[in-house]
Amino acid sequence: MTPAFIQELRTLLPAESLLTAPEDTRPFESDGLSAYRSTPELVALPESEAQVAAILRLCHTHQVAVVARGAGTGLSAGALPVGGAILLVLSKLNRILALDPLARTATVQSGVRNLAISEAAAAHGLYYAPDPSSQIACSIGGNVAENSGGVHCLKYGLTVHNILKLRAWTIAGELLDIGSDALDSPGYDLLALMTGSEGMLAVITEVTVKLLPRPERAQVVLAAFDDVAKAGAAVGNIIAAGVIPAGLEMMDRLAISAAEDFVHAGYPRDCEALLLCEVDGVNEEVSDDIMTVHAVLAASGAIEIRTAETETQRHKFWAGRKAAFPAVGRLAPDYYCMDGTIPRGALPQVLQRINEMSAEYGLAVANVFHAGDGNLHPLILFDANRPGELHQAEEFGGKILELCVAVGGTITGEHGVGMEKIKQMCTQFSAPELARFHDVKAAFDPQRLLNPGKAVPELHRCAEWGAMHIRGGALPHPDLPRF
Amino acid sequence: MIEALTDQIRAAYASDTPLIIHGGGSKSFYGNSAQGALLDTRVLQGVVEYQPKELVLTARAGTSLHDIESLLAEHRQGLAFEPPHFGAATLGGCVAAGLSGPRRPYTGAVRDYVLGVRTIDGTGQVLRFGGQVIKNVAGYDVSRLMVGALGTLGLITEVSLKVLPLPMAEISLQFEMDEAQALITMNRWAGQALPLSATSWHAGLLSVRLSGAQSAVNAAHIKLGGATLHDASAFWHRLREQTTPYFDKRPLWRLAVKPTCPPLNLGDAQWIEWGGAVRWLASDLSASAVRQAARACGGHATLFRGHAPADGVFSPLSPTLLAIHQNLRQRFDPKRIFNRGRLYPDF
Repeated sequence: MTPAFIQELRTLLPAESLLTAPEDTRPFESDGLSAYRSTPELVALPESEAQVAAILRLCHTHQVAVVARGAGTGLSAGALPVGGAILLVLSKLNRILALDPLARTATVQSGVRNLAISEAAAAHGLYYAPDPSSQIACSIGGNVAENSGGVHCLKYGLTVHNILKLRAWTIAGELLDIGSDALDSPGYDLLALMTGSEGMLAVITEVTVKLLPRPERAQVVLAAFDDVAKAGAAVGNIIAAGVIPAGLEMMDRLAISAAEDFVHAGYPRDCEALLLCEVDGVNEEVSDDIMTVHAVLAASGAIEIRTAETETQRHKFWAGRKAAFPAVGRLAPDYYCMDGTIPRGALPQVLQRINEMSAEYGLAVANVFHAGDGNLHPLILFDANRPGELHQAEEFGGKILELCVAVGGTITGEHGVGMEKIKQMCTQFSAPELARFHDVKAAFDPQRLLNPGKAVPELHRCAEWGAMHIRGGALPHPDLPRF
Repeated sequence: MIEALTDQIRAAYASDTPLIIHGGGSKSFYGNSAQGALLDTRVLQGVVEYQPKELVLTARAGTSLHDIESLLAEHRQGLAFEPPHFGAATLGGCVAAGLSGPRRPYTGAVRDYVLGVRTIDGTGQVLRFGGQVIKNVAGYDVSRLMVGALGTLGLITEVSLKVLPLPMAEISLQFEMDEAQALITMNRWAGQALPLSATSWHAGLLSVRLSGAQSAVNAAHIKLGGATLHDASAFWHRLREQTTPYFDKRPLWRLAVKPTCPPLNLGDAQWIEWGGAVRWLASDLSASAVRQAARACGGHATLFRGHAPADGVFSPLSPTLLAIHQNLRQRFDPKRIFNRGRLYPDF
């Protein structure tokens, strides 16, 4: 970053929108994954789309890299500042531009908080369905960048299923109008490609989201099991019975007791696994589904089943699950949250292997599981002040992700790759597949100025890590240099 | 069989010979005409994996869509996007064309249910994207990018889809209503907790399908009133497959618009679907007039059936988006071997 560049940047933004003093930039040193930190040299906080475009054009001219960031709640160090790059913080783009209750859409700037959309829509009996746990703080632009989910995504889908249109800017400062007010667009589905692209392709300034009618009624059933495998089988049995629950969550013994100690949700303690199954929809349908779920849980060997009879009780059942992360946080100075997804049927074998590895590493693990969609969040407990333990936890976490891939799953269900899981990308994808990801980036950003070094590893790095995916015994791309 | 296909593609790449990807041929009418030798995907047969409890089905691209839906129905599951077959459809063609049926506005499109694909790119490389799990954000979402790309980003050899339980009960209702009132009604109902699963308006008649638990369907029926549509499944099937005489008209345009867009006033011969978001139009109006009308309603127009205008059946892209399309095409299929000209002329 040359003084000439910074001087030009100052002409584009009000003084308070440009931070360079270390005491001002340090709060931006990490996103929600604070194990990765780096103080940015320069933080730009544009207040308008025009300023975003101008900043990008300037960066493009000067070949300065750009890391876009929303609210900074990401969990994979995707918004980690990069040396030599500016940090482009979009939180001041926080206006709801339009809300159309009849068409059930909201058009909002990318810095608008997820929950703020549902709050604005509530007066019309509508809401925005994806509800990541950080929804009170996280911004919709970040949700699109990560394809965020939430506890309701088995029934209501991820971000990709709930957006219609984007305004985004290439690093060259060109506007991309992606999607439309209709349900599809001509040409390639760039809306899907942009969703989950982790700030690597373009910078999003505006999002049009779909709004859904709020369900008439929601009800939750809690079931305790003396065996994790039985609870896992119950999940499949509920789905086989034709019910798609709005939420279907599982906790293991350590997570249950931590949650119970923390918020006193009234969970049974003498069990190995707890399932929370919520159904929602039309009043009559909820009644039918609750009866079905109850019968399936009983037939699946639940040792205790409780149905929330009131809203207060429903919130109490959920309170324990929603507080699971901070509750587990009380068990040890630090925890490391993993995010693999597995076919649901593989749950017992994966949990058993995690327990074995937990013993091998001497690090306890609490498991919280979006059981409905196979998304596992093992929380590895450790103490960063003990020399080497962070490294041990990271290595253990990496092994869990490789295990998820081995059983046919993926290294990340909803948190993204960022910096954190870049090494495991070498396990999940072959060299030609990774090369194709680089090709996709090059189609938008040939000079690799947007969020450089994130999400997709360089092929030679995979070789260095010794993590190269080898398929069919043959080394892919034998002509590529490895060092 | 993958090897034979990669050999054919490598040879085509080496000799710069275009290929037309051909499954059941049921959607040959769709898109612009392509040139080249036939590459038959029907050698890629069979369901690879289907576990009803996982809600995931994986099958090879040349497998008949009919067979897949029959297998799913045995387990009371189905493809929620109700893809039109238009003949002897294959799974690969269904995904490559990206067309969805009457249930689309209420439960999602093909692309919403694609979890992963195996492909062969334009140089003969076998690549796999996505997977068999419902949540997966590792790498760019190339599998969804393949949906609707009409084969121009590679040959799809295998697809994993999310499937859903079939509705327990269904009922369809009809209401006499003019077009403007029907558009408002469809949108208003979609904003309420009703188990809507399809809507149609044509010639003064609004038809609505409700799907879900018997109790929910009954309750909605009481709330909405209307006349019961008998033989409803045949009615929706004819709409999905476009076998009513209305769809014999040429040229037939598909206008995808904002669902609340008021009547387009482009002539009488319209059939409205998808809660107002799709308006079928049989009209001799110029391509530019039809496209302009769709654009004014926040959408786009496709010449679905009939003789293509000079700039192709799909609405042209802005220069910026076209450049990105060309960049992507260049990298997935550098010699434009697959379906050359099918998506856009000279593309």
